[in-house]
Amino acid sequence: MLEALRRNDPATTEAWVRAQIPRARAVALRLLRNEAEADDAVQEAFMQAFRRLSDFRGDAKLETWLHRIVVNAALGRLRRRSRKPEVELDLAGPEFSADGHLTAREGARWGQVERLFESEETRALMRRMIDQLPETARTVLILRDIEELSTAEAAEALGVSPGTVKTRLHRARVALKKRVEQALDVQAEDGGDA
Amino acid sequence: MNCREFVDFILAYSEDELDPKLRAAFERHVGACPPCMCYLDGYKKVGRAARAACAAKADEGPVSDKVPEGLVKAILAARAEVDDSPA
Repeated sequence: MLEALRRNDPATTEAWVRAQIPRARAVALRLLRNEAEADDAVQEAFMQAFRRLSDFRGDAKLETWLHRIVVNAALGRLRRRSRKPEVELDLAGPEFSADGHLTAREGARWGQVERLFESEETRALMRRMIDQLPETARTVLILRDIEELSTAEAAEALGVSPGTVKTRLHRARVALKKRVEQALDVQAEDGGDA
Repeated sequence: MNCREFVDFILAYSEDELDPKLRAAFERHVGACPPCMCYLDGYKKVGRAARAACAAKADEGPVSDKVPEGLVKAILAARAEVDDSPA
């Protein structure tokens, strides 16, 4: 297939493009949250991929290679957006009691949550909550936890230090966890607050 | 280790980046603190849950939403231009 793509065999190229678009659009849309921009990023990514096909050495799956190009294209657009400095509101952290202990309410049982994620309704809720995170937190969560880039890869893609990636990821996970638990009213361990 | 330190170290622990001494202290605390034990469980699962929720989305919806014909045509047209461009 690679050789057929390189020589732009029409049937192979079209079939490959059609097969890759759903996942490419999904990640671009998660990062950009704008359908038109996401489609532009996807188109840009395919063009970059076609130009670089001759350099592809097969040390990764072709689909994985394309996916990374899509992620970078979307991140490039995100960086080029002119926007006001982001105020990271409401990234609430865990609650501690006066003596420094994590409150019992923070001990939500995620066994319950996992069962809830079997429903599309809960999965849709999770996607909305991810969308509602501040951009810097959301972007890192998408790159690390959803797209499974390493810290180093995410840092390179974002143009920040690995330490910054880790800090943002931690805050994103803490905030998302809290929001999910509140939205789903997940119960903590029995025993009340500490 | 106290609960605040537990939260500070939780990312490093989940990514296996704590040195053995700190890791042991972390695990001793988790073993003795039920809220922290549950918190760690949730913290490790929230990323997986996010991934599962987004993976499911990519498979849903009508084909036309997943593969807009206009986008396909634009990509294929631009592909031809890549071919025609000077090397």
